[in-house]
Amino acid sequence: MSTARAASEPMIRLDQLTKHYPGQEAPAVDGIDLAVPQGEIVILVGPSGCGKTTTLEMINRLIEPSSGRIFLEGEDVTHVNPDHLRRRMGYVIQQIGLFPHQTIAQNIATVPRMLGWDDKRVNDRVEELLHLVGLDPARYRDRYPKEMSGGQRQRVGVARAMAADPPVMLMDEPFGATDPITRERLQNEFLRIQEDIRKTIVFVTHDIDEAIKMGDRIVILAEGSRIAQYDTPEAILTNPASEFVEQFLGSGILLKRLNLSRVEDVHVATSEWMTIGPDSTAEHARQLLQQSGRTHLLLLDDQRRPARWIAEIDLDRQGGFPAELSEAGTRVQACVDSRATLNDALQEMLLNANGVAAVVDRDGAYAGTLDLETIIAAIREMRAKALDEASSTAARGVT
Amino acid sequence: MTAVAVGGLDSRVVGRERSLLRRLRYVGVPAAVAIACAAMYLYVQSQELDNIESRIINARVIRTAAFEQIEIALWATALTLVVAVPLGIALTRPWARRVTPIIIALANIGQGVPAIGLLFFIYIVLIRNGSTAAILGMAIYAVLPVLRGTMVGLQQVDRGVVKAARGMGMSKRSVLFRVEMPLAVPILLTGVRTALVLTVATAVLAAFIGGGTFGELIIGGQAQGRPLAVAVGSLGAATLAILADWIGGIAEDLLRPKGL
Ligand SMILES: Nc1ncnc2c1ncn2[C@@H]1O[C@H](COP(=O)(O)OP(=O)(O)OP(=O)(O)O)[C@@H](O)[C@H]1O
Ligand SMILES: [Mg+2]
Repeated sequence: MSTARAASEPMIRLDQLTKHYPGQEAPAVDGIDLAVPQGEIVILVGPSGCGKTTTLEMINRLIEPSSGRIFLEGEDVTHVNPDHLRRRMGYVIQQIGLFPHQTIAQNIATVPRMLGWDDKRVNDRVEELLHLVGLDPARYRDRYPKEMSGGQRQRVGVARAMAADPPVMLMDEPFGATDPITRERLQNEFLRIQEDIRKTIVFVTHDIDEAIKMGDRIVILAEGSRIAQYDTPEAILTNPASEFVEQFLGSGILLKRLNLSRVEDVHVATSEWMTIGPDSTAEHARQLLQQSGRTHLLLLDDQRRPARWIAEIDLDRQGGFPAELSEAGTRVQACVDSRATLNDALQEMLLNANGVAAVVDRDGAYAGTLDLETIIAAIREMRAKALDEASSTAARGVT
Repeated sequence: MTAVAVGGLDSRVVGRERSLLRRLRYVGVPAAVAIACAAMYLYVQSQELDNIESRIINARVIRTAAFEQIEIALWATALTLVVAVPLGIALTRPWARRVTPIIIALANIGQGVPAIGLLFFIYIVLIRNGSTAAILGMAIYAVLPVLRGTMVGLQQVDRGVVKAARGMGMSKRSVLFRVEMPLAVPILLTGVRTALVLTVATAVLAAFIGGGTFGELIIGGQAQGRPLAVAVGSLGAATLAILADWIGGIAEDLLRPKGL
């Protein structure tokens, strides 16, 4: 019986959950019903003050609901011991909230220690998590939070929330306090991690682009945490349920849809541009360039990472000294991860002189290139699909 | 504080300067005090002391006075800590929000009353033992800085840190002892240091109610027209107060949690 229920039962279910702060006219959260399926990222997004944080913090009962019920894996947890409940859910708050008087390792070990893990297990776990979030344990485990950058602290915050491997993670604008570049990197990294760990995640943001990028499903909330639409990003972008949703999506829906496709979903050209290794000579480079008939070729470094775009004129200027090949041409400004969205890729492309973005794999090694034509083709395809869907729903409406 | 804003290199330079300054203070303060005391000793040695003076200014009297003063100050500070720290913790809990202003007002009055008046009141009305009355009086006098240090220390703890701790399932108790208190320590210690200096310095008043201390040299010298005795007593009291502050400073540096 229990297995049958587990299959159909969502990981988290909110039933008429309400929060009425004392002394306030209207409830901050007004009877929300929500089911969060196992292993998915559900994003709560909405204008400031609409009740996102209140809703999120009622799930781990940092805020006690005024009425309604909370179910975790089918179990009614509305009245269980909140401290025990919270140890089953990782929580990342916007302010990160690392303990300044404890080292990174001690911070991450907080929940495992509370659960009584032995030293060896705790240490191994800390090591594993630091690797997972891309921080070298030998370098960082004994540092204090003030000795880390903002982005690194965010990573530690995420690692700390995952420490005891809770099935559920609650995240309140976890990447909110970082600059756009770091933020994008953290988002990509987090999606990569989620591919492996498949946690059930409730994620709050007020940034619709982040919602579209990160969410398996999106809940668009209006004042009082009322659900304006709850659906997949594709469905929301194609069929906004109301004027409110449309307004919230803002202008440039088409461009936003570029956030739905990832570089790995489209054709990445692997042979359009010639590449050479760091040991090649300028003479060899010139030959290749002439053979290819292209304006540039791409120099890779010894770890196969894109290093420089080199044009013929750069080679002439070098006078054919092979030792200086690594100085020729222009440095590759930025590469896009295969997990990056087409929107990210488009931006890189526009920054690059020859209008293409170098795509790299997980290890940063060269994987191919992406150009504007590919993106335009992808947009056309999306548009056709959306029109298709719209006409088929219209047709269904008629019959 | 400004060191944080400037770049890494600058802040390191400032840091080094600060630690140099600190080392200077560690050595410089006791050295200066020792020089002053030595100078006074030599001066007294060079003088012909009359009968009364030699009865007041001698090694045994000075040693006793110093011990009495230290004893009163330490007991008073200990008593203050035992009362003010738990009280400060209690007053910062959400359930105490109503009574907090009242208690703060009382503590303010405690310090507002002239110390000498407080001492006489306790001595005459409550305890007819000079040094015990002095300890109680000093303790009341010193409650405010420690109470305030505890409360401000706890209140300045980043709410995000506390929320994160609660969000991970730490009980209120362990949040208090493992997160809030350690983070409150620097400010709490500043309050304790103030209290310590305050009690050491005002302990001379115990002499008025027969509690001994360097106050006796000062009062006795004054009453019998012997300014040298007043000077020796004053220097003794000042020495103790400065050393108390010096020890307090070292304790602040040593007990501050790493990472802050
Ligand atoms: N502790 C509180 N006491 C009283 N009112 C509160 C409290 N916390 C939040 N509110 C109110 O409840 C409403 C919802 O707040 P909440 O923090 O959930 O919004 P939010 O959607 O997270 O907003 P933001 O995007 O700005 O973080 C707001 O009107 C807020 O003023
Ligand atoms: Mg919020």
